[in-house]
Amino acid sequence: MIELTDVHKAFGSNKVLRGVNLSIPRGTSMVIIGGSGTGKSVLLKCILGLVTPDSGTIRVDGQDVNTGDRDAFLARFGMLFQGGALFDSLTVWQNVAFRLLRGSLKRPKLEAREIAIEKLRRVGLKPEVADLFPAELSGGMQKRVGLARAIAAEPEIIFFDEPTTGLDPIMAGVINELIREIVTEMGATAMTITHDMSSVRAIADNVAMLHDGVIKWTGPVAQMDNSGDPYLDQFIHGRAEGPIEAVR
Amino acid sequence: MSLSAPLARLGRTVLGMLAMVGRVALFAISTVTHLFRPPFYGREFLHALLQIGWLSLPVVGLTALFTGGALALQIYAGGSRFNAESVVPSIVAIGMTRELGPVLGGLMVAARVASSIAAEIGTMKVTEQIDALVTLSTHPMKYLTLPRVLAATLALPVLVGVGDAIGIMGGYLVGITRLEFNAAAYLKNTADFLEAWDVISGLIKGAVFGFIVATMGCFYGMHSGRGAQGVGRATKSAVVAASVLILAANYILTELFFSA
Repeated sequence: MIELTDVHKAFGSNKVLRGVNLSIPRGTSMVIIGGSGTGKSVLLKCILGLVTPDSGTIRVDGQDVNTGDRDAFLARFGMLFQGGALFDSLTVWQNVAFRLLRGSLKRPKLEAREIAIEKLRRVGLKPEVADLFPAELSGGMQKRVGLARAIAAEPEIIFFDEPTTGLDPIMAGVINELIREIVTEMGATAMTITHDMSSVRAIADNVAMLHDGVIKWTGPVAQMDNSGDPYLDQFIHGRAEGPIEAVR
Repeated sequence: MSLSAPLARLGRTVLGMLAMVGRVALFAISTVTHLFRPPFYGREFLHALLQIGWLSLPVVGLTALFTGGALALQIYAGGSRFNAESVVPSIVAIGMTRELGPVLGGLMVAARVASSIAAEIGTMKVTEQIDALVTLSTHPMKYLTLPRVLAATLALPVLVGVGDAIGIMGGYLVGITRLEFNAAAYLKNTADFLEAWDVISGLIKGAVFGFIVATMGCFYGMHSGRGAQGVGRATKSAVVAASVLILAANYILTELFFSA
């Protein structure tokens, strides 16, 4: 269970998060939606400790994320970054097995490579890709490698930051399906941030909408279309008219 | 406009500079403290040693060769005004080992390495690779900064030593081919007047300059702004800061080592 209570974060005079309250039950898939620049990525980075909130508490299974063993805490997480964030200087398999080649989860090199190739296969990539460098891959393949890296150490919690951004609709659909399948078969808790409504419908158990630094609406994905919330309605139908100010 | 406005601007600039000095100092201290806390990434260290040390040899060697040759010509031209042409070998050797070897070597490595480190780490930052490292339980200071700083601190003295030898050889080649020195006499003169401390002080300077170069590259890379412009600015700042600090540190070290 991930619980955020009254989380605030400002960058200078720009108040990005103004009291976020949210809870994500264990083993469920939560998708955070909201317009560009509404603080979705900041919220996710606050949970991981990449950004320190100004106030409020964030707990994972009852434990404050800022206390305890940081390595053990991070070992529970996997993350797919928006641009993949693959390490240019390492081959694909070394990227996937990064966590398995060093630190507390270190394995023998051959075993780590085998696991990496298995994870690559799981995301639909052939073993021949393993020895290529990230720059030799297409955008869709890089996303898949990023996904393979996120699940390589079998994490309990997986974060997906804009998993389909920059992909064509077919590849986006493939990535959405992969995420749904993997989260279900691993039984992981997932948190995805996106503004792609097809991703929301494919991935989410629950949806939360972030706007003006607070959660405007949260509930099961099945209730999203009948929420009665004007902000959510405007967003999911992509209307220019409504309570969310659209800059023309 | 109030008369105090220029003073206020000046004050803000000074405070900003002091804050920057403080941030750089804390960054350098943090890097050093990581040296004594595991884990240590040996593979990254060896890779950095190759990139910073071995691959800088051509540029440092060529710089030293031409500088040694030009130095011999200048000292000969100056010395001939008061019949002191014979000092060319000893002054070339002392000048190269004490000053020109470490300073020019440091500046060339600053241009080549500080820029490359800042651009690489800056790009990693804007493409979220640094964040990815953290989520993969790997401390960026340990994985990116410490190996580079350690490699540069150890590689620069070696580069300076090689540069000294090549620079002296440049002076020797010019001396025997253009200035009509006897080859054996040139070498004997060099050996007779060159002291161990001349060489050692230059090597110590090299280590300090190596630390400065890599620290500046890593600092500005880690604090790079967004986008291509941010990385470009970080790269430029790293080279400028490293070069200025090398020259400042050279003066301070020269005062420490050689002031009467």
